[in-house]
Amino acid sequence: MRLAWGLRVAAVAAAGLSLAILPFLVGDYRAFELGRMGIFFIAILGLNLLTGYTGQVSIGHGAFMAVGGYTSAILATRCGVPDYLTIPLGGLTAGLAGLLFGIPALRLRGLYLALATFGVAVAMPSIAKHDRLEGLTKGTTGINLPELHSGTWLYGVTWAIAAALFLLAFAIVNSRLGRAFRALRDSEVAASSMGVNPAAYKVAAFGISSFYAGVAGSLYALSNAYVNPDVYFVSLSLFLLIGAVIGGLGSLTGVIAGAAFVQFVPPNASSILDAVSPFAVDSRAPGVPSVILGAALVLVVLLAPTGAGGLLRRISAPLMGRLYTRPGGG
Amino acid sequence: MALAAFSWQELAQQVVSGLASGGIYASLALALVLIYRATRVINFAQGELATLTTFVAWSLTNHGLNKWVAFPLTLLIAFAGGVALERVVIRPVERAPVLTVVMLTIGLLIGLNGLTAWIWGGETRSFPSLFSTGTVDVGGVAVSYADIGVIGVTLGAVGLISLFFRFTKLGLGMRAVAANPETSPLVGIRVGWMLALGWGLAATLGALSGILVAPTVFLEPNMMQAILLYAFAAAILGGLESPLGAVVGGLLLGVILNLAGRYVPEVGGESRLAVALAVILIVLTIRPSGLFGRTVGRRV
Repeated sequence: MRLAWGLRVAAVAAAGLSLAILPFLVGDYRAFELGRMGIFFIAILGLNLLTGYTGQVSIGHGAFMAVGGYTSAILATRCGVPDYLTIPLGGLTAGLAGLLFGIPALRLRGLYLALATFGVAVAMPSIAKHDRLEGLTKGTTGINLPELHSGTWLYGVTWAIAAALFLLAFAIVNSRLGRAFRALRDSEVAASSMGVNPAAYKVAAFGISSFYAGVAGSLYALSNAYVNPDVYFVSLSLFLLIGAVIGGLGSLTGVIAGAAFVQFVPPNASSILDAVSPFAVDSRAPGVPSVILGAALVLVVLLAPTGAGGLLRRISAPLMGRLYTRPGGG
Repeated sequence: MALAAFSWQELAQQVVSGLASGGIYASLALALVLIYRATRVINFAQGELATLTTFVAWSLTNHGLNKWVAFPLTLLIAFAGGVALERVVIRPVERAPVLTVVMLTIGLLIGLNGLTAWIWGGETRSFPSLFSTGTVDVGGVAVSYADIGVIGVTLGAVGLISLFFRFTKLGLGMRAVAANPETSPLVGIRVGWMLALGWGLAATLGALSGILVAPTVFLEPNMMQAILLYAFAAAILGGLESPLGAVVGGLLLGVILNLAGRYVPEVGGESRLAVALAVILIVLTIRPSGLFGRTVGRRV
């Protein structure tokens, strides 16, 4: 047991060190891309807490990212708050929005919640453009942030926050809160007969998850140095859900695979298609990234419903088992 | 300002054109309800299926086919496509949890949207209307032929479907499967094929709504995104369980959106989407079973 823990700590330290020097090796643009991947990592982590652990599907987390992003942009331009300080505030505002939305969503089980959050995703751009909010959101033009940061800056800030939020998620999942979430997911009736208050825990899950989305949305705004309704496009919510499914619902380590997928597959969709397609096709046409994403989601659901996290567990379980069990022991 | 210009004629016109767009929402909502009743699944890809088939209709007419031949042919193609989709993609997860199937339909939503853009490109096209332009005077109210036509076609389609369910053996079989999938095989009903048939019918209704809406919103790959949200709102308003509810909900929503767009200064253009979202949230909070649904208790 002690040996295994030592190995774990060493592995984590080595991984942390190599991640810290990585942006200086790969150049600023790659560092930017990896930073963007970190943003997806945070958002998908939050979505996974809600969907994977509590069993509430949200197809509208892009909208909560938008709340975080707009909060950051408005605070940075109007109140002169340094933009990195707006990140937690963006998260808190989105978390609050999530709590408020979580209350009507309490009455919605499974499918109905998916429907309502889909509505939020589709309606969000038109709400941001609405005349009444135009003074705040600047309508279709959007808001320019004061500063465009380097890729290395984004990488460092994003992954530092991502690491902290990952540890938080890990702590939540392995606490009383996380056990209540999972109990609700597996059977709401059984959970409530064990003394878990479904309403309180579901709203809490929605709030926490939206907080993650808001932090990601703030970072997203900072990475672009502008926000407008099209930055948080409708399909962004779908991308996050795809990332969560591909990473594996109910797996925290799998989220990294989901984030990498969402960040790197759509821009490289045409080369992927060229590689897998047996026929000569026009791989640069519009729509190809969506076809690849949709096909990937369908295939994962049909063939590997536990996603990358599930595959990882299946591969690592025998190895870890051997590592942890004493020779001659059971 | 808006109130100063009020006239009963205009109100009546707004109601009629609301009914016409409501008819389009109703047919897509009915498609959603047909699949929901049979399998407890919301098909998020219903709108994209409709877009794809409407593009097929566009290609057929563009190749010189008369629209009165091309459109029925499109409906047949949509039916076959719906059946094939159920057999190939949905069948393997028939016994999986509902949310798995929903994820699958979201995958189809993204994939089909991409496929449409891939084949036909992203640009906006005009689409031939089934009906001639012009208006007819009904008791002092000028009503366009297109509005009357859309209302007529949707009501006709809904009527045909309810006759099919009521008076044919196949329709009875489909109702049996929706009511009790476990015992219907005992009386010789082939459950799998009934479900496939349901998907086919739903795809046909979706294609119909696409063909009816394309002349006004113009044909492009994201054409049905907003319509799908309206159809969700309509289906929830009427009660996801009830085909009649879907139709009434659709017509009602069309009128609500039109009147709100005309008489509430806050609502116009895209913010109708927010009204539809509000309808969804209000109905789900106050009466989740909708206008025509029955509330059922939950069992452990």
